[in-house]
Amino acid sequence: MKPYGIIAEFDSPAAILTAAKQVRDAGYRRWDVFTPFPIHGIDKVMGLKNSLVGWFSLAMGGGAFLSGMGLLWFTNAFDYPLIVGGKPMCSIPMSFVPSYILMVMGGAIGALVGMLVLNQLPRLHHPLFTSTRFELVSRDKFLLVIGANDEQFCTVETRRMLESIGGTHIEVVEEED
Amino acid sequence: MADASTNLKSLLPPAELRRAPVVENNRGLGWLTDKLSAFAEGKIPRWWWILFLPSAFCATVLLPVCLFYQVTTGVGVWGNNHPVMWGLDIVNFIWWVGVAHAGTLISALLFLTKQQWRTTIGRMAEAMTVFSVMMAGLYPAIHVGRAWYDWFMFPVPTYNGLWPQFRSPLMWDVFAVNTYVMVSMLFWFMGMIPDFAVLRDRATTRVRKFIFSFLAMGWTGSARQWHHYEKAYVVLCGLCTLLVFTVSSIVGLDFCTSQLAGWHATIFPLYFVIGAVFCGFGMVLVILIPLRKWCGLENIITLSHIDKVAKLALVSGLIIDYIYAMEFFIAWYSGDPYERWVFGHRLFGHQYWFLGWTLIGINVLVTQLLWSKKIRRNLTALFIIGLLINLGMWTERFVIVVGSLYQDFLPANWSTYLPTRWDVGLYIGTLGTFFMLYLLFVKFLPMIAISEVKGSTPQGNPHHPLGGAKGGRQ
Repeated sequence: MKPYGIIAEFDSPAAILTAAKQVRDAGYRRWDVFTPFPIHGIDKVMGLKNSLVGWFSLAMGGGAFLSGMGLLWFTNAFDYPLIVGGKPMCSIPMSFVPSYILMVMGGAIGALVGMLVLNQLPRLHHPLFTSTRFELVSRDKFLLVIGANDEQFCTVETRRMLESIGGTHIEVVEEED
Repeated sequence: MADASTNLKSLLPPAELRRAPVVENNRGLGWLTDKLSAFAEGKIPRWWWILFLPSAFCATVLLPVCLFYQVTTGVGVWGNNHPVMWGLDIVNFIWWVGVAHAGTLISALLFLTKQQWRTTIGRMAEAMTVFSVMMAGLYPAIHVGRAWYDWFMFPVPTYNGLWPQFRSPLMWDVFAVNTYVMVSMLFWFMGMIPDFAVLRDRATTRVRKFIFSFLAMGWTGSARQWHHYEKAYVVLCGLCTLLVFTVSSIVGLDFCTSQLAGWHATIFPLYFVIGAVFCGFGMVLVILIPLRKWCGLENIITLSHIDKVAKLALVSGLIIDYIYAMEFFIAWYSGDPYERWVFGHRLFGHQYWFLGWTLIGINVLVTQLLWSKKIRRNLTALFIIGLLINLGMWTERFVIVVGSLYQDFLPANWSTYLPTRWDVGLYIGTLGTFFMLYLLFVKFLPMIAISEVKGSTPQGNPHHPLGGAKGGRQ
């Protein structure tokens, strides 16, 4: 067993936001907060850039749209040309709607898949699940974790710092090698 | 805490400018978590069984029997016959798609417009969408007559060398309905992931722990996860909003691209979208009002939320009324004798004229009751109005489908249509299946978006005094 990080608990969204600012200003790089719902403003404090989920969605949606257009051209104009009402074999009014619908489906799947991939889900286990206090995160507690892989990490110093910014129930969480 | 509350009073705007709170009585985050997951964790109450058993009977006995008889015998067991080739099957298809639409509108469009009150009813509305689209999808699949040839509708490469004909909106419908089923399920599931994590962390038995750990997929609620999650949620909401306007439009196109008087009108796509939303709000009222009481959610689904749903029902109802007026006006103004015949006969015809009046009585007159604040706050009245809206919109679809078909261009073709017991049995079967699935959802899954509700309270706002913020910013 080796340490995964130190966790500290906070009681309100404002407290965790302030604590996050202080941890950032103390120079820590590898840390995260765990909250029951998204906290407004935490992205900026953590310096999170615009999520890539939108690109996943665009890629899947755009791909689905183009495949839809290709499918309609192939089936109704190329492989088995079908004359209906003397209209052109392949035209925008006919091919746009199904392709557009496919774009919506592709975009939606892309958004979900992108979210799961970027969050590294599904995963069977997480070191934090061993902490009993972690179960309260989905209820009304706010957790701040400083990872053991942080350059400044020190079980004594980091703990003292977390105490000084008002964290409670501070404990070291371990993970398997 | 005393400081925070006195501080709060001095910060609030005057009473008439205040927004109604999302959750009443300033409940804390812990209370909300307990309350919102209580129903999924507690004992099954008696009312649940009383509703569940008949629904389950319809779903597991009536529906399979009707399906089996119809699929093995043929579409002839229904009342459909020349010239009314589209009967109750298509009426119910449009009705179910319509019920679905309000759910997507509430959860997606109101999210994009940042209406926080949607958090409390969004999940229930999404579930309504998922189950009613399933019911809708069943009808076209069996309406084709030989259900075992359903795969002909998809562009599957076969030795026949034939492909679907994509110039028909009926073909677009196949894509639209399938996409709608899939995307609404995806959206519903993704919204539930953080709430599965809540139930996982609260689980007391091993079985519950296992099931919800599996469903939550290892969700931890880290800021990075929420960051991607929120983005994905916005994207999905945008796409779902597109679907609200697309799916029913395509169903409307099925009608208006045909040459039949009464169907051949450019207003149909919009007509069907708004009709769908109107009908769906009726269904939301019917579902919310009893569940709110039986599950003890009065503080969460507040009167103000129900009032807002009623207002949305009123708005969509008024648009519907305008469309009725336009339909009749255009039929007259077009000078087309067949159009005039059809629309005149909707109210003064040989048959079904009483349905025309029912439709006007409910969709035009009863809707106007929603102008009154007293009625919007009266739950019994709203429940009855919700039921009536559903009936009214069902009647509307019947009038459009059957009312236009039964007397077409040649009097020699004229005939009448009456649903048979198999038509009615199938409809009751789908209603039972819908309610059975809905009751299972209410009992075993998080029926209210726990994390979303918590995030929209002042206690969850880091810039609000109740969320722990110091100083005067709100």
